[in-house]
Amino acid sequence: MASATPVDDEATLIAQLRAGDESAYEHVVRTYGGRLLAVTRRIVGSDEDARDIVQDAFLNAFKSLGRFEGNSKLFTWLHRIAVNAALMKLRTRKRKPEQSIETLLPGFLDDGHHEERFRSWDEPVDKAMERAETRQLVRAKIDELPESYRTVLVLRDIEGLDTEETAKMLGLSVNATKIRLHRARQALRTMLSPHFASPAQGRAAS
Amino acid sequence: MKCRELAEFLMDYVSGELPEENRAHFEFHLSRCRNCHEYLAQYESTVKAGRIACGELSDELPADIPEDLVKAVLAARKL
Repeated sequence: MASATPVDDEATLIAQLRAGDESAYEHVVRTYGGRLLAVTRRIVGSDEDARDIVQDAFLNAFKSLGRFEGNSKLFTWLHRIAVNAALMKLRTRKRKPEQSIETLLPGFLDDGHHEERFRSWDEPVDKAMERAETRQLVRAKIDELPESYRTVLVLRDIEGLDTEETAKMLGLSVNATKIRLHRARQALRTMLSPHFASPAQGRAAS
Repeated sequence: MKCRELAEFLMDYVSGELPEENRAHFEFHLSRCRNCHEYLAQYESTVKAGRIACGELSDELPADIPEDLVKAVLAARKL
C-alpha cells in the first residue's frame, strides 16, 4: 500500500480535504474504501456494482464536504452515504419475486410446542468461528438470505445501526424492521444449524 | 407461555427490551423447557456468528480497496 499523509485527528483531516490536499483524499480512500466495499457488496451481492457504488459514494461525499458538520465521524458519514447508495441500487434493479422465508422459520404444533427438537451445536460459536472456512460458510449463508431480510440483518447485526436508523434507511416502520430482523436471524439459524450440529442419532419428539 | 410465544419474544428478550412481566413468564418457561433453552442459545450464537464472520477482523476480501479503484476515485474527483 502506498503511503498517505499520516493524520492525527479528524479535524485536521477535514481541514486538509477542504483545502484540496490530494494526499488527504488518498488517505481517506485507502483507509475506508475496503470496509465500504465489503458492506456495499454484502447489500447488492455483486463486486462490480459495489465498486461503482463506492466510487460514486466517495465522489458525492467529497463534493458535499461543505455539508459535513463533524457531528459524526467521517467514516460514519461515508458509510451512510455508501449504504444509502447500495439500497438505492437494489430499489432500481428489476425485482425478482423473493423466495419465501417461511420454511426457514420455526414450526409449532397445535399445542404451541416446537415441532423440531433442537440438537445442541457441537462447540461454542467463538471456537467454531476461529476457522476460516466456518467464517466463509456464515458469510455465504447470509448472502443466501432473501434480499429484504439480508439487508436488515446486515444493517442491524453486522453494521451496528440502531433500529430507528435502519427503519428509516429501508423505508419501514420500526415494528416491521424488528419483525424482519427477528425472522432473518431465525432463518439464518436454520441455515447454519446443520453445519454446527452433528447429525442426529434419531428423531426425538419435543 | 408456550414455546410459540417464547420464540416470538426472543429478540426483545435478547436485547433486554422485554417488559418485566413478560420476562418473568419467559424465564419461567425457559427454566423448564430444554428445547427453548437450546433455541435461545442457537439464536444468540447465530447473531454472534454473523458479527464475527463479517466483522472488522474478518478475512474477507477485499480487505483493502483495489489499487485501480483508488486511482479511479482520485482521477474522477478532478474531473
